Amino acid sequence: MQTTTPSSLASVANNRDQRVPGTNLLGTGLETRGVHAWFGKKHVLSDVSLDFAAGTVTALIGPSGCGKSTYLRTLNRMHEFIPTAALAGEVLLDGQDIYAPGTDVTKIRLKVGMVFQKPNPFPSMTIGENVLSGLKLAQLKKSNTDDLLESCLMRAGLWSEVKDRLGEHGGSLSGGQQQRLCIARALAVQPQVLLMDEPCSALDPGSTFRIEETISELAKSMTIVIVTHNMQQAARVSDYTAFFLSDGGPGVMVETAPTSRIFSAPVDKRTEDYVTGRFG
Amino acid sequence: MTVQTIPQPGKPWEVTVKQRTATGSLIALAFILAAATVKFSGLSGKLGFAVSFFFLATFLIFVQQLKLRDSQAAKDAVLGSFAMLGIVLTLIPIVSIVSTVVIKGYKGIHPNLLFKDMALNSVNDPIEQGGLLHALVGTSLMVAGALVISFPIGVLTALYLTEIRGKFARPIKFLVQAMSGVPSIVAGLFILSSLVYPVTKELSGIMGSLALTILMIPTIARTAEEMLLLIPNDLREAGVALGATQWRTVSGVVVPAAKSGLVTAIILGIARIIGETAPLLLVSGGGDALNLNPTSGAMGSLPYYIWKAFLTGGTEEALARAWGGMLILLAFIFILFGLARYLGGRKVA
Amino acid sequence: MTLLENQSAAIPAPREITTKPRLSDQIFRAIVTLGGMASLVILGLIALFLSLKGFHILTEEKFSFITESRWEVITGDTGNIEESNLGIGAMLVGTFLSALIAISVGVPIAVLSALYLTFYARGSAKKILISLIDLMAAFPSLLYGFWGFFVFMASAEYWAKLLNKYLGFVPFFDVPAPIFERSPFIAGLVLAIMIIPITTSISREIFDQTPLDRVQAAYALGASKLSMIRAVVIPYGRGGVIGGAMLGLGRAMGETVAVYTVLNIVYQINWQVLFGAGGNVASLILLKFGEAGPYEVDALMAAGLILFILTLLVNALADVLINRFGKKGR
Repeated sequence: MQTTTPSSLASVANNRDQRVPGTNLLGTGLETRGVHAWFGKKHVLSDVSLDFAAGTVTALIGPSGCGKSTYLRTLNRMHEFIPTAALAGEVLLDGQDIYAPGTDVTKIRLKVGMVFQKPNPFPSMTIGENVLSGLKLAQLKKSNTDDLLESCLMRAGLWSEVKDRLGEHGGSLSGGQQQRLCIARALAVQPQVLLMDEPCSALDPGSTFRIEETISELAKSMTIVIVTHNMQQAARVSDYTAFFLSDGGPGVMVETAPTSRIFSAPVDKRTEDYVTGRFG
Repeated sequence: MTVQTIPQPGKPWEVTVKQRTATGSLIALAFILAAATVKFSGLSGKLGFAVSFFFLATFLIFVQQLKLRDSQAAKDAVLGSFAMLGIVLTLIPIVSIVSTVVIKGYKGIHPNLLFKDMALNSVNDPIEQGGLLHALVGTSLMVAGALVISFPIGVLTALYLTEIRGKFARPIKFLVQAMSGVPSIVAGLFILSSLVYPVTKELSGIMGSLALTILMIPTIARTAEEMLLLIPNDLREAGVALGATQWRTVSGVVVPAAKSGLVTAIILGIARIIGETAPLLLVSGGGDALNLNPTSGAMGSLPYYIWKAFLTGGTEEALARAWGGMLILLAFIFILFGLARYLGGRKVA
Repeated sequence: MTLLENQSAAIPAPREITTKPRLSDQIFRAIVTLGGMASLVILGLIALFLSLKGFHILTEEKFSFITESRWEVITGDTGNIEESNLGIGAMLVGTFLSALIAISVGVPIAVLSALYLTFYARGSAKKILISLIDLMAAFPSLLYGFWGFFVFMASAEYWAKLLNKYLGFVPFFDVPAPIFERSPFIAGLVLAIMIIPITTSISREIFDQTPLDRVQAAYALGASKLSMIRAVVIPYGRGGVIGGAMLGLGRAMGETVAVYTVLNIVYQINWQVLFGAGGNVASLILLKFGEAGPYEVDALMAAGLILFILTLLVNALADVLINRFGKKGR
């Protein structure tokens, strides 16, 4: 038996009226219903229901081990990559459960892209090949790859820095540039949603700033879910914030609200303690 | 507060029973079609069946994936088929070898074997007569001799690579690798040219030991190196930080911590040489009588016992004798390997 | 400018940190270093002694020792050598031929089964399979040889006949007479079976080390298993697999007993792999050693020296390839 969030908070989580007017028009979005996750016998995430409206940036915050990264990985089925992993609940993309039997997992991952904590460009490929690697990996046919290459690098804010060295290997870039290369790589397959798992935790402040700029730019055309340790970052880049917490048991989503409200007037005491830096 | 039941953990990504059944029935279909192919076409025999079965099954699954999903999934399925083929082709010889040795070998086993030698018997005599006492003793003596020399050298080499890490570490790593590639017959020739012809002028057990040493050192050195590398660096730093000398740290901390790893190295080294035949044919003299003195006189060994029974015999008895010897040799290797696994599973202390 | 210069001048050269080890440590380090040099010393001694015994053969038989295929020593009544024609040409060709067959058959199978073990097998089945294959790598070559002779030869002969029947127009698969027993083809297959477990182990270990973050990145981009392996695993593991294959080649070239039992040794260069006549340097040494006179023994030493050098070269090449291909993609 598990006690979870107070019902008042659950209603906040599911209250579509809280959404920014207009976002519903896009008619898309990623929603989760009662997601639980396990690794082996260990219950790590309990009953998370969240909506991510199209064109919004949602930040998932919380102390280490609260299950926010695990939750993120359930959104594009990277969770099952771990052999002992198990799951319950539904993740709906455009109303379709991505875990429904017969669903092609590779198609899901094309629609829901991901950027990892550590920049991980493919070292055997050049910068250009890295950006377009998704097309090759998923065997998508694209006629005008040069344009795609340029637009992806442009949107990732890397074009001006690398346009003359597209033939060099990805490893020759700095950490921040590599991370933006990974963003460009994720953009090339034109995902609807982009998941970012602490994308700046391995970067210096300057690079972090560039990535944040990129995120704001991308948010105009796609849904972004970002896990971050850094509350200032959450405050800077996100429209909504969800606070995760684990009291030793499975992680739960304590509270979700527009970002400004989370930081100014959190409903839950634990959220307040966390955002004011009293713990975590 | 609402109290809520936790749903059952599920793995929705796993292959469902339905999919499994579909694939299974396709494979069954391929089986039937392959049987039909063998019956009605030029293909014949087990090989014809196996080949047509593999390609039919692969093709059917390819088409199924293409219909259900896309070309990418279909190609994936073909890779899966080939990977499966690879592992099956790898396993067939293992199964065949082990079953052959067991089926043919048990006839060549008799309790008397342990108490007699072949001094007065020919390989064609019935199994009750003669035995392999001399071979077991000879192999044990030669392996023990080889171990006494190779263990210190192998461990010192490993210590050089892991503890001293001198400027020769990389070339020495290569040389150890190269040494493991020295053909066993060359090891025999080397002992002949360096010791037998110029010095002892006599084939003996110790010459066999020395030839085996050359083959054993690289195995021990590499296994020991791997095991020493598993010892966390903190342990070394802790030792040195306490003011101990490197000698004290290595002998008092590192080596004891790697003890079971070093035992694994010994076991794998023994497994490497216990069945080694070619050099012993050149340098050990290959005796048929029990000889407890490794420094003089021909010394028998298990591989030599098998070799002689196969090559000079020709009767049922000789073959049974040879396979019996092989079964004993294989049993030794199984035991050694099991021990190494058991110790290796626990890794370092 | 001056400021800068001053600054650069102000940067001190790094101090050299020196310690004078205590006596016990000096002795310890000396002994370990000495032990570490053992492999160098042993390899050097092997080359030295084989040369001492065998080098005069190379000068007497000259280049024909490598190119000539006959192996004849005609001795007079008094036992002195009247004429000698000693050459290992056919043996060298046969050695390469069977070793090449071994790796061209064995390596693809080994790589596929390594892929299976890394990316398909799960849980306890995986553990058991890995143990079995590692165990098989420890089987003595004697076992492979006799199993090859008594069990495997019959099937392999049948395959050889099929190959000859359908691909006989390829010069390689043609035979001068329908003798398919004890051919280089069969020896090559036995060697292939011998090197598969080793090459599988090496490849599997390397595939296992593929950085997880790259594998995940590929999957997150919608890759299938095949495209992930092609984009991530192969570039990463290529060097190691090639190196493993070269080590297998070295082992196949130097193998004695397994080849001796399944190969018909004939002193004639034979490129037709299905025909029951072949050569192998190591087997020649074993075959001729028992009956050889002193001059012939020296010739066998020379043959051993050449074999030794060849395997060293193959190992060196393996090392170079592992480093060359290994760096890229890592």
